[in-house]
Amino acid sequence: MQESSPEQSPEAAQLTVEQAIANLRHEDLSLRYYAAWWLGRFQVKEAPAVDALIEALADEADRTELGGYPLRRNAARALGKLENLKAVPPLIACLDCSDFYVREAATQSLGMLGDRSCIPYLMQLLAGGVEAAVRVPERPHLAQPCEAAIEALGSLRATEAIPLIQPFLEHPVERVQYAAARAMYQLTGDNAYGDRLVQALNGADIQLRRMALNDLGAIGYLEAADAIASAAAENSFKLIALKGLLEHQYNQTSQSLSDDAIRVMNLMDALL
Amino acid sequence: MQELIQAVEQADSPGNLIAAVRALAAAEIEAGIPTLIAVLGYNNPGAATAAVQGLIQMGEMSVQPILELLDGYNYGARAYAIRALSAIGDPRALECLIQAAANDFAPSVRRSAAKGLGSLRWNQLPAEQIADKQAKAVHTLKQVCHDPDWSIRYAAVAGLQALAKSGNQQPILAAFEQMLQTEAEIAVRARVQLAQQQLKCEV
Repeated sequence: MQESSPEQSPEAAQLTVEQAIANLRHEDLSLRYYAAWWLGRFQVKEAPAVDALIEALADEADRTELGGYPLRRNAARALGKLENLKAVPPLIACLDCSDFYVREAATQSLGMLGDRSCIPYLMQLLAGGVEAAVRVPERPHLAQPCEAAIEALGSLRATEAIPLIQPFLEHPVERVQYAAARAMYQLTGDNAYGDRLVQALNGADIQLRRMALNDLGAIGYLEAADAIASAAAENSFKLIALKGLLEHQYNQTSQSLSDDAIRVMNLMDALL
Repeated sequence: MQELIQAVEQADSPGNLIAAVRALAAAEIEAGIPTLIAVLGYNNPGAATAAVQGLIQMGEMSVQPILELLDGYNYGARAYAIRALSAIGDPRALECLIQAAANDFAPSVRRSAAKGLGSLRWNQLPAEQIADKQAKAVHTLKQVCHDPDWSIRYAAVAGLQALAKSGNQQPILAAFEQMLQTEAEIAVRARVQLAQQQLKCEV
């Protein structure tokens, strides 16, 4: 997942909740853009913030040369962090936006909000299967945000999407394969899928190893603990992955310290 | 001996550099220490790791040169140097580790400094200074426990736990109780609980 983080500017640092909400309708488009990011970053959950962000999902003023909608992207990203299900229908509507990055942000946020009513719409993004999931000419992305859709379906426990997701294990793009392995593990609990991500830790590309670490943390795959600790990547990435394992373990054992949780913490301590 | 140092300085490939650093580190010669420290800034993780190992093995001998040659402009190099100081545990590093834990902008530096503050060899200090300097370390780590970055708070908890073993436990146990009231991040809460559990076992 990508985090958009505009440059800090002096007036931005002094932003208040009221100003940020007001700035979403400011005539200066860059202030609108920043305010949307800010409201998500600081998780401003008040109703007026949610309403103003939902309004910003239909913004027409802020356009890129290629026809993208920067404000809509940031608003969609922010709404994923505010835990308000009122945003679900308008985010679903964003899945038809002409801008890929709006569709991607909306997909990620729908996965985070956890409302299962979006599942059929997310499945729609994968409708053509692997054959349709091809790169758009001259753009750095596929026709649809497949990776995000697969991850969201996994975290929404959409078992009905298993037959749709499984073929993506063979998608030519590795990060899409990882997303499929991650979702398949969440949907089936089968260690074979977790182990695929563990194998990805031995890949040649550091970027892909970091991604596999992130995925293993997201699914809390305990069997990967030692492989994570010894992976060839920066300690920061390993700590985040192990944190995911620890949280998963801690929640499953109703917040008591199991031997496995202690084992994970010992590995984390050694990475400090 | 001079040859080992030259081999590092003249290495013409990343692989050769790592091999040369390993050889110099294994020789454990005092004259090689500045070269090992310089390697920390070469942006070659394999070589830097080997150099850190060498510095740690030489222990107290490395401490003064590391403190003098610490690179204020290269946080990668600084992270390795702080890691070495933390592992050696010489209390002459106290001020340096306090600065790094509290003020460095690089999370990797702050984490290893926070952990290292807990495991200094306090008994190497004059007896009358120990309590005072430990209190300083505790004070710093308690502040670090409020850092916005969870991984730094996690490291501070580990540092405090280690400190509690070698000094006054009371303020540390109180800080842990306080953290359980306010700490939102599960991983940090779990680490606080582990520290409490392990400290209780030892009493």
